[in-house]
Amino acid sequence: MASRTKVKTLTIDGKRVGARGDATILEVAREHDVYIPTLCFLEGLRPNGGCRMCIVEIEGSNKLQPSCVTQVYEGMEVHTDSERIQNYRKKILQLIFSERNHVCSVCVSNGNCELQDTAQKLGMDHVEYPYLYPHMEVDATHDRFAVDHNRCIMCTRCVRVCEGVEGAYTWDIANRGINAKVITDLNQDWGDSETCTSCGKCVQVCPTGALFEKGKAVAEMKKTRQFLPYLSVMREEEE
Amino acid sequence: MTREELQEIAENELEAREELDHLIFVCNAASCQSSQGLQLIESLKSGIEEKELGDTVEVKGAGCMGLCAAGPLVLIEPDGILYTQVKPEDAGEILNHLESEAVERLKTDLEMPFFGKQVKIVLENSGKIDPEKIEDYIAMEGYTALNRVITEMSPGEVIDVISDSGLRGRGGAGYPTGLKWSTVGIAEDVQKYVVCNADEGDPGAFMDRSVLESDPHRVLEGMAIAGYAVGADKGYIYVRAEYPLAIERLREAIKRARRLNLLGNNIFGSQFSFNLEIRLGAGAFVCGEETALLASIEGRQGRPRPRPPYPAEYGLWGHPTLINNVETFANVAPIIRNGAEWFASIGTENSKGTKVFAMAGSINNTGLIEVPMGITLRDIIYDLGGGLPEDLKFKAVQTGGPSGGCVPEEHLDMPVDYESLKEVGTMMGSGGMIVVDASSDMVSDVAKYFVEFCKSESCGKCVPCRVGTAQMYDLLDKISKDEATQRDLDLLVDLCDVVRNTSLCGLGQAAPQPVLSTLEYFKEDYDAHLQKATDKLTHAVQREE
Repeated sequence: MASRTKVKTLTIDGKRVGARGDATILEVAREHDVYIPTLCFLEGLRPNGGCRMCIVEIEGSNKLQPSCVTQVYEGMEVHTDSERIQNYRKKILQLIFSERNHVCSVCVSNGNCELQDTAQKLGMDHVEYPYLYPHMEVDATHDRFAVDHNRCIMCTRCVRVCEGVEGAYTWDIANRGINAKVITDLNQDWGDSETCTSCGKCVQVCPTGALFEKGKAVAEMKKTRQFLPYLSVMREEEE
Repeated sequence: MTREELQEIAENELEAREELDHLIFVCNAASCQSSQGLQLIESLKSGIEEKELGDTVEVKGAGCMGLCAAGPLVLIEPDGILYTQVKPEDAGEILNHLESEAVERLKTDLEMPFFGKQVKIVLENSGKIDPEKIEDYIAMEGYTALNRVITEMSPGEVIDVISDSGLRGRGGAGYPTGLKWSTVGIAEDVQKYVVCNADEGDPGAFMDRSVLESDPHRVLEGMAIAGYAVGADKGYIYVRAEYPLAIERLREAIKRARRLNLLGNNIFGSQFSFNLEIRLGAGAFVCGEETALLASIEGRQGRPRPRPPYPAEYGLWGHPTLINNVETFANVAPIIRNGAEWFASIGTENSKGTKVFAMAGSINNTGLIEVPMGITLRDIIYDLGGGLPEDLKFKAVQTGGPSGGCVPEEHLDMPVDYESLKEVGTMMGSGGMIVVDASSDMVSDVAKYFVEFCKSESCGKCVPCRVGTAQMYDLLDKISKDEATQRDLDLLVDLCDVVRNTSLCGLGQAAPQPVLSTLEYFKEDYDAHLQKATDKLTHAVQREE
């Protein structure tokens, strides 16, 4: 335990900061009000490193690292906002927008969407890649919730909250590459799921309008996530 | 098992061989099996029975002899005669000629460069032993290296020998093997693991499959030595399920080695124990990436995670894990037997030893070769490979699989080593070599082909690889169909940059390589498609008018 609690000093964008030895770059950045965009990351869930929005430059390495899973080390020099990074982040975001249908004006989460927020914050004003718009379904077989795969950005927050917090393991991923999609149980209708506890955590952690409560019209779906930090604190205390 | 007992097995086997007048090895690896190799073995066996030669002649199914294009191959010892393209009906003639002149129409010249320019370390036993008999391997000094490290050397000394030999990882990137071993060696944990990556999936590559099918014990011995050196008592071989013969022979080999206590607990009566298990991969290319491979062994979906932490520090179930490729492990026992200096004397300054290549595509001698590092590509293609089939003109050689690139004619005289290949925009990779002739279009036959492979093999976890490769494929498809503009090409180049620099694992990071390398050397192929698109448009406009 001793080495874990050791304090490390590093610089983020030229500013010298202190950090817990086991902290990630993202944690330290957030503690010091440095904005790093994230989509798949959500505090309280096992980090994933898949959306690549939080990539940063580390002095001495050519490789860009996702700040959500990269631990700090003594003397580390991090750049979170260089032109190179901004350029890549915008392009990755454009790739997400080009993958499925993200037309905000007809989305339940319009105005309350992390994808939309990120696009605005990063100043993404157009998508230069062709829209792929694959054929995707809406599964509204569950009593209270529905999933619109067209809005899904494959962040896997639903999968991780279901396995890591609820412990139900209802959500998973099927297929590979561009054909990957989130599924319930063995790729059956959500309404037929035998493992789903209907806790709704997946709906609340979803960053977009992919998972929503039934009965919500355009722009009406707001997500609540206060329970997550509470649950993780409870878990830590128990341990 | 003691050293004396090991020696006794070897002596018995060699004596038995000496009592025979002739030993006939028939290639029994996958490609020769597919061209009636098994039937050939049967007809030779029944021929021997008929002619009552049982006391003086023996037929053995052996491993790959390299010249796969001319299979099935038959080697007659001690005469050293190699027959090619042998059919089951040739068995009688071969047996009739054992005591006289060889069968001329089947005989191959062993002096030809295909054989003469090879240096065999990894494949030294391939084709000369029955992979299903552990005694055969022991007769070739098998397991003596393991005996030596356990009884005479400290783990540190073993790592020093591997470091001094200059061996680099044969999986592709060429990381110094000794350094990797020492990192796992110094990691503090009661449990460590050794993993063999046999998830060979590059299009055109079959080196690892061949080693496993031809000489599985060599890999087991290498892994056990590694286990001793880094302090691991448990190992896994991750083999893709598409290699049923390799899996069958590995299973058999592990069983036999365990029975002789060459694997298992207290090997050679020492404190060292090493147990091995096979894990089958379901055929996902991404599982060759080490962190995805580990996830798969753990029973989870084979998707990579960001590194660091590297498996050497945080591997299987969080324990320090050494992962090496099949060919890397196959080099270990000979290095221990012959010494680091011997190995370091082969190859070039920074790339020591030999490399096994699988030659495919527009080339006469498709098959498997093992050559010293530093040999030129021209030597490989024209001398060993026998050049391109008639009327075909060389255009490029694709190396390194989906992560690699093309080498055009102007670079053919460059030495084959890790650094030189990197300099011209490709890589060693696991050792696939695909020769492309002038009739091929680099856009659709090479770039689009490999990007399609990466797109379908992408696990989908990270955005640049999942969406980027799909977009790249669509653009390449558009270009190849003469429907693209300069803007599409610019977009493709830009995408290559994004995918390469921001993808999570090696699959995505390397996926643009075939595009970038074909663009560098064969831009004219792209331009021709763009020109055709413009022409099409002009014609359409003219028709409208």
